[in-house]
Amino acid sequence: MADPLLEVRDLRTYFHTFGGVVKAVDGVSFDVRQGEVVGLVGESGGGKSVVGFSILGLIDPPGRIEAGEILFAGENLAAKSEEEMRSVRGGEIAMVFQDPMTSLNPVYTVGHQMDEMLRLHTDLDRKARRARCVEMLEQVGISEAESRLDAYPHQFSGGMRQRVVIAIALLAGSRLIIADEPTTALDVTVQAQILKLMRRQIVERGAAMIMVTHDLAVISEMADRVVVLYCGKVVERGRTAEIINAPSHPYTRGLLDSIPRIAERRDRLDQIPGTVPDIRTLGKGCSFRDRCFRAQPVCAEKTPVLSPVRGSLDAACHFPLEETAP
Amino acid sequence: MTRFLSSEFFYHYRRNLPAIFGSALLLCFTLMAIFGPLLVAQDPYDVTQLELMDSFKPPVWLEGGDPRYLLGTDGQGRDVLASIVYGARISAFIGLAAMLCSCLIGTTLGLVAGYYGGLADSVIMRIADIQLSFPSMLIALFLMSAFGTGIDMVLIALTAVGWVVYARTVRGSTLGEIQKEYIQAARVAGLGNVAIIRKHVLPNVLTPLIVVSTIQVGTFILIEASLSFLGVGVPITQPSLGLLVKEGFDVLFSGIWWTSAFPGLFIMFLVFGINLFGDFLRDELNPRLR
Repeated sequence: MADPLLEVRDLRTYFHTFGGVVKAVDGVSFDVRQGEVVGLVGESGGGKSVVGFSILGLIDPPGRIEAGEILFAGENLAAKSEEEMRSVRGGEIAMVFQDPMTSLNPVYTVGHQMDEMLRLHTDLDRKARRARCVEMLEQVGISEAESRLDAYPHQFSGGMRQRVVIAIALLAGSRLIIADEPTTALDVTVQAQILKLMRRQIVERGAAMIMVTHDLAVISEMADRVVVLYCGKVVERGRTAEIINAPSHPYTRGLLDSIPRIAERRDRLDQIPGTVPDIRTLGKGCSFRDRCFRAQPVCAEKTPVLSPVRGSLDAACHFPLEETAP
Repeated sequence: MTRFLSSEFFYHYRRNLPAIFGSALLLCFTLMAIFGPLLVAQDPYDVTQLELMDSFKPPVWLEGGDPRYLLGTDGQGRDVLASIVYGARISAFIGLAAMLCSCLIGTTLGLVAGYYGGLADSVIMRIADIQLSFPSMLIALFLMSAFGTGIDMVLIALTAVGWVVYARTVRGSTLGEIQKEYIQAARVAGLGNVAIIRKHVLPNVLTPLIVVSTIQVGTFILIEASLSFLGVGVPITQPSLGLLVKEGFDVLFSGIWWTSAFPGLFIMFLVFGINLFGDFLRDELNPRLR
């Protein structure tokens, strides 16, 4: 198997607040290979977005990357200076944001904002840059791209804007795209289109993508592999099909059960009991134990470590679910 | 031009009588400040053109009025209208220049405070808070009496008083803008802080800036007039409207009211016009008030 494009090893990003240290990302490891989409899944506050921003070196105080390596094409991004990171951002690694309504600057035309990206990361002249922008807009499915370049963001619909944002992210030929909930702000009907578009662009370019989302439906459609985060830790990871069909961690099971299914008629959706615990007061033991239906006394004593369960699945659980579990 | 005439802005403008009135006043004053010296016969500060014989002539419509002096003359035979025309230029210059200076300084400080936050923010905004707890007149008076008078000193005093308004406005808008994802997106694109502030934050905080600037010109003209009236403003060789009022004030109780009343009225209408137009801009450009 080829070397991974991105390797995150034991990443720890902590926020030092007055209320204590928030271990938003606490020893997360995963890798992303070329041409692959990796999903980062978890509830709100699970540290998903912080992983993305850590990779880009965009953690603001009081946050700090405490430990860990972020190996991108063999180079450790965590050790790079701000100056060096600036050329990585947008160049090698690009990002697509959640809300297309605010991720474009309202005072500039779409063309201007696309051009800015090319100006920063390529040596193309004006004409070549414009041609490239037109080409890119066409590729993300915007018709009459030439004239749309001179339009302002407010003249686009939400879905169209997200296409523009994706076009900007793809523009500089980045090898890794981090998409932070790219479809949550969109209509369900548009979601599928955008996802399909992103997937195709990634595969065609031989790039890779990290998809940060809480939406397992999106993951099942998009990702090759999934990393499930809970309270800043990886609780399970593995191939998408295996995780979706037979998760081994009770938390993943809970997430899957809370998705509505059209085939089964149920009055209420299953939900995971309780809420995410205060991440500042976590002690030893499994942080999911209070909400887990399989919890035993040992779960409060020993913190489970990520270990192989079966197939491609790794889980951090003392009592992983069997394949045939209900 | 046709695009402007069919714009929403112009549509609202046409239906806003105070705005039309205010901008008409401003237009008159602007034309007068620019071309006025060509229209009045006398240069009031060229002593050779003054006739002491013509001192204290009342306005033309009163008994003893002289058709050469529409609004009468002062104690040195100076045409009041000519004085106003020349004085208005000085007042307007001071108002605009002070606006530009304080806008430049205040906006920069506001952007820094809002964007970087932390210590810079605390220091800048606490200075602003302290300054706001004193009446601006008092600060200006203090500075003028400490550092002397003159147009340059007036400008410094007005800037010292006025930057606070800009800093607070811009900081507030900046805080709102940097929440938005396009700022984050600009960082992800690899832009540096200074470039982000200049290219992405500044254009988005311009709207409140325009509104504040308009109103501030009026405020500055008033403060300058007050300072000059109190005798710590512009020098007598470069009389602004405020100084004219003060000059006339000395003889007001001898029944010679026109030397101070007309410059006073002029200040009033000038500031009134600015404020009417400023209010219109505020309503029009502030999406929350619509």
